[in-house]
Amino acid sequence: MMTDTVQSRGQALAIHNLSLEFPTFSGAIKALDNVSINVAKAEIVGIVGESGCGKSVTTMAATGLLPKGRYRITGGSVRLFGHSTLTMDDSQLQDVRGKMVSTIFQEPMNALNPTIRIGKQLTDVIMRHEEASLPDARRIARDILADMLIGDPERVMKQYPFELSGGMRQRVLIAMAFSCNPGLIIADEPTTALDVTVQAVILRLIQNRARRTGTSVIFISHNVAVVSQLCDRLYVMYAGRIVEHGATRTVLDAPQHPYTQALLRCLPERVAPKQELEAITGAVPNLMHPPAGCYFQPRCKEAIDLCRSRSPQLAGADGREVACWRRGVGPEIAEQGSRQ
Amino acid sequence: MTEGIDTIAPPVLAVSDLTVRFPASRDWLGRATSHVHAVNGVSLQVRGGGSLGIVGESGCGKSTLAQAIIGLAPYEKGSVAIDGQDFQASQGRQKRDLRQKMQIVFQDPQSSLDRRLPVWRLISEPLHIRGGHSNAELHAKAAELAAAVGLRPEHLDRLPHEFSGGQRQRIAIARAMSTDPDLMVLDEPTSALDVSVQAQIVNLLLKLQRERGLTYLLISHDVALVRHFCDDVAVMYLGQIVESGPADAVLGNPRHPYTRTLLASAPSFETPLPTLAEVRIGELPNNRKLPTGCFYRERCGKAANGCEAPQDLRRLGDGVRHARCHLAQG
Repeated sequence: MMTDTVQSRGQALAIHNLSLEFPTFSGAIKALDNVSINVAKAEIVGIVGESGCGKSVTTMAATGLLPKGRYRITGGSVRLFGHSTLTMDDSQLQDVRGKMVSTIFQEPMNALNPTIRIGKQLTDVIMRHEEASLPDARRIARDILADMLIGDPERVMKQYPFELSGGMRQRVLIAMAFSCNPGLIIADEPTTALDVTVQAVILRLIQNRARRTGTSVIFISHNVAVVSQLCDRLYVMYAGRIVEHGATRTVLDAPQHPYTQALLRCLPERVAPKQELEAITGAVPNLMHPPAGCYFQPRCKEAIDLCRSRSPQLAGADGREVACWRRGVGPEIAEQGSRQ
Repeated sequence: MTEGIDTIAPPVLAVSDLTVRFPASRDWLGRATSHVHAVNGVSLQVRGGGSLGIVGESGCGKSTLAQAIIGLAPYEKGSVAIDGQDFQASQGRQKRDLRQKMQIVFQDPQSSLDRRLPVWRLISEPLHIRGGHSNAELHAKAAELAAAVGLRPEHLDRLPHEFSGGQRQRIAIARAMSTDPDLMVLDEPTSALDVSVQAQIVNLLLKLQRERGLTYLLISHDVALVRHFCDDVAVMYLGQIVESGPADAVLGNPRHPYTRTLLASAPSFETPLPTLAEVRIGELPNNRKLPTGCFYRERCGKAANGCEAPQDLRRLGDGVRHARCHLAQG
């Protein structure tokens, strides 16, 4: 991966070979293994994968949101606009979060304080990070709510979270995330709990605002179709590793990694009605005792001996990389492996 | 098949003018003073061996409809007939027999399976409740059903927490099949699962339908899944069916403005993100006080003269589909 410090200056976020584990009494769960993710300024990047593949852990580790003492970083670095977040203490992280990066979570009801009016929750954030006076903060809050197509911002600011519908709450959270003009927004499954009509609006609002203000966005989702509509580039994760990344259309139109291919074949959208879908056999590996070699190898139809003994590294060109012995690294090596 | 279409054999499920409302508030005598109008006059039919998909946003009444059909929610008006026999009018033994003919699979297998029962008891519980079977018979039946849904024999004595979400949903499907039902109501059976597991469950359900001639009523918010899975589809909005007909016709070429909005917003590989004008910001109106006239009028981009009158579900020119919009053509 091309992530030296020089290059990371033009980057909003550069995660380089991050490995992380959660210690438990029965052994460490290796949640992330050599994860590298780069987000350029003003770029919308998607991370897709099934539940438990480490999508959220990656970004939560990068922004210091994981519970202290419950995890161990075993390698790698994170640079957020050139600052290393892994070495920051709590107060430094609090300055970074909200000002440089903010996160939109999946469940808007849990992310808002139920006992405080929307207006106060918004203005508190703005006053904390922008050093604005209360009237200024109120004006900023009003403007940004209007920007989220909330018809009557004044009224919404006087309301409590329970008085709003799910879609309205999520728009309030997006407004809050954008309110301090952060350089990077992390949207962690922001529309999974919402209806499709509301989802389409939310995606549009995120996209419009990000494009206008030049904000970078990391969009985490298990829904490949949503990512295909929103993101410039795309990372596919499987069992704590990146298996493939590249421009969204390239990856989705011509997937290279067997996992990406299988994931796309599972979807009913591209199959004739009533035809059998190609399900992926087997189950996601237990990350306490991961399989040797490639993590997808036990479920992969193309696995050869080399796949079972050595982990493939990401390889490729032009910002498109695949971690598979059968792809990207040239047929000679794969041939060699099959003879072993 | 949906309403108004004549079929020779009696449909497995025939619902007519079903209305479900729940008391929302009561006065000091306990009398209801206002209601939540969950289902407002739904009529539909599903023929034997067919499958009908019900799509709509959350709160449109699709799950309440499923529960009313299965007998879990009391309904105020209308009728539900299984194999031509009215469910509410029947009594005693006949009612019990009718109940055996329909089963339901819920969305979340985590909460719909009793965590203290082993798998073989879970699967055979409907038979156990019906009575007249020895434990050995129940165990044998459970083993047979478990094999049919792709569980291994050694799974039978395990408890639900030992299984993944997909396997739990297999247990729920096996349980629903234990009484050999004619109609299976699937209430968002794959929404809690990852796509690779969803594919396994969808394949299983289609296979069971081919082998056993099951009739499905699938409740889902996933348009792509309904298009793949169902022969017919009914689109619900605020407790009413706004458009119904063959799945490829309704989902391929929608006529009701709401169906169009719904399909435009559904995420897809082929189409770009819809513009804000296409999606039309708005949410379901409050179902405590139903709007007058067309229920969709406030959000509709095409609202015109005549929309202030209540709309009927009328048959369109192509003869197979129905839409609840006086402007719908074709």
